[in-house]
Amino acid sequence: MAGTNASGHLHVDPESKAPYDAETLATLRADAEIVIARYPQSRSALLPLLHLVQSVDGYVSGRGIKFCAEMLGLTTADVSGVATFYTQFKRHENGRYTVGVCTNTLCAVMGGDAIWDAVSAHLGIGHDETTADGMITLERVECNAACDYAPVVMANWEFMDNQTPASTIQLVEDLRAGKDVAPTRGAAKVCSFTEVSRVLAGFHDGRADEGVGAGPATLLGLKIAKERGWAAPSSAPAPGAEDSSADRPGGLKGKEAAQ
Amino acid sequence: MTTPLTPVLSAFWDADRSWTLETYEKHGGYAALRKALAMPASDVLNTVKDSAIRGRGGAGFPAGLKWSFMSPPDGGPRYLVVNADESEPGTCKDIPLMLANPHALIEGAAISQYAMGSDHAFIYLRGEVVHVYRRLLRAVEEATAAGYLGTDVLGTGITLRVTPHAGAGAYICGEETALLDSLEGRRGQPRLKPPFPGAAGLYARPTSVNNVETIASVPGIILEGSDWFKSMGTEKSTGFGIFSLSGHVTNPGQFEAPLGITMRELIDLAGGIRKGHRIKFWTPGGSSTPIFTEAHLDIPLDFDSVAAAGSMLGTRALQVFDETVSVVRAVSRWTDFYAHESCGKCTPCREGTYWLKQIMERLEHGQGLPGDIEKLDDICSNILGRSFCALGDAATSPIASAIKYFREEFEAGMHTPAATLFPPAASVLFDAKEAATA
Repeated sequence: MAGTNASGHLHVDPESKAPYDAETLATLRADAEIVIARYPQSRSALLPLLHLVQSVDGYVSGRGIKFCAEMLGLTTADVSGVATFYTQFKRHENGRYTVGVCTNTLCAVMGGDAIWDAVSAHLGIGHDETTADGMITLERVECNAACDYAPVVMANWEFMDNQTPASTIQLVEDLRAGKDVAPTRGAAKVCSFTEVSRVLAGFHDGRADEGVGAGPATLLGLKIAKERGWAAPSSAPAPGAEDSSADRPGGLKGKEAAQ
Repeated sequence: MTTPLTPVLSAFWDADRSWTLETYEKHGGYAALRKALAMPASDVLNTVKDSAIRGRGGAGFPAGLKWSFMSPPDGGPRYLVVNADESEPGTCKDIPLMLANPHALIEGAAISQYAMGSDHAFIYLRGEVVHVYRRLLRAVEEATAAGYLGTDVLGTGITLRVTPHAGAGAYICGEETALLDSLEGRRGQPRLKPPFPGAAGLYARPTSVNNVETIASVPGIILEGSDWFKSMGTEKSTGFGIFSLSGHVTNPGQFEAPLGITMRELIDLAGGIRKGHRIKFWTPGGSSTPIFTEAHLDIPLDFDSVAAAGSMLGTRALQVFDETVSVVRAVSRWTDFYAHESCGKCTPCREGTYWLKQIMERLEHGQGLPGDIEKLDDICSNILGRSFCALGDAATSPIASAIKYFREEFEAGMHTPAATLFPPAASVLFDAKEAATA
């Protein structure tokens, strides 16, 4: 595999270019045809196909780039250019689990920096590096759209909400020990990097109905509204009951009600 | 009269298996699609236009107008592309919406396609939320099986299709033309405008790119009418929106309210600023919108009032920071973000963010050089308005506004590290949380 040093360069080991065996290639081709058929123009399938390559190789391999180029009638340079643009496409073999600590401003301030320091020291690895056992690739991630649950950690792109240094160290230890870990809002368990990559290629794994619909922070406004009897105007207003806004001052109507 | 909160999109997020078709139909789901398909498409478009709903993705452009600006049908394909690349720091409304109620978006996408004469919609979801992608894939599967999508929707002979598509990690893809390039299988870099997507968008065909929340609001507008929608909000910022409070409030969360609610009201609903602290600064619409302070708590959070006060409503991503937080540290980290996410296409943004990052970093470490503040100002003014897309402009917002309100902290950065002035440990939430669970 490629070295664990994160040099930022695309490592292309000979192994990375070794051809797929016939069976793998046949399966990949069949899957790729399904992906391509979703789009009016085949090139749109490139991002999903790169996810598909990661689902087989655990990263964007040299042979995977060649495969995408062949399937889509592109040059390998075209494909590499795209693959290196996006952070989810890995240039060297990824661990079984990507653990991403959000260190964008809000999460960082709420504790993400402390979590990063603790888990990085605990594992002895830095950003985009993988533990020697191949289980955890650690990343600093940007805002993952769960700020109301800060500090947030992502485990293979499932939400681990309201984390602490201790909870995150527990998370990586459980993952390394092969235990099933349930995300806060997500599938019943965190799936492997290759399994998740296959989902991102658009092949769903039957887990959509697992997990919650919403966490407590998501529901806070709704809960308060229900407690106080607040609701949007009636869905079937009596004629004239809700007049047009023409005579309404610019302010918030609720404020008028409160006064 | 409307109440301070008006749950519409969030009305049954707490229902058992809220994301399923069964639950959605139980709450009136897809009635709007039936109603829309019985109307001429132009009436559907006009209803949305009359509602005056402004885009919920940040820019606030009226959605109905955007649709009506699409080049007229010429017999070739036309596309709706839903921007679900929610990545703006602080923004966390579309992801929970799609997780809890993906069918609202699917139904909205079906109706919107019909209104604009399209038969294919794509939902471009950021790739870093795998469970949301599962829910979208499943929702499309359910809606297709039920006849709400497909080649003969509800027996009308009309074709409406929705294809969810996962990105792969790039903030810039939230910019609509970069999104289109990415959806075409390219590096996500913005395009020169004009032509606008309405004339030449996806595959150079007429395309409308709309935010998740905008499209998810369409079924309500069709079912209840544009006057119903306008009975909420303000005259020029009609309707409701999801306000996302995060950071140093007692209870962060999502609040669906008429546009025009104030930050003071929202903070009250969130249980106030965390105990023993007071607000220092906040963002009205994500990190790309100039920061506000305690002086701005009573500004109605609608597009025009926020703009008049010198910022932008953006995505209603209300990130709250109390007095323990160094504004220099906060801005420095946002600057790292913009430098990391700059796509490299244009020089002002690529080079400018690179320089801004270095200066912010030394100020954060108390190693600022004489003239650094002026240099920040100068670089910002050379980026603002000179970049290819809004990312460059956005990178300047936190810096310029922070210097405006907290210049003395930047001056302190010439000699004292931010971590000395504002020990980071005082800002973290762990103690508070452990106390709460004890």
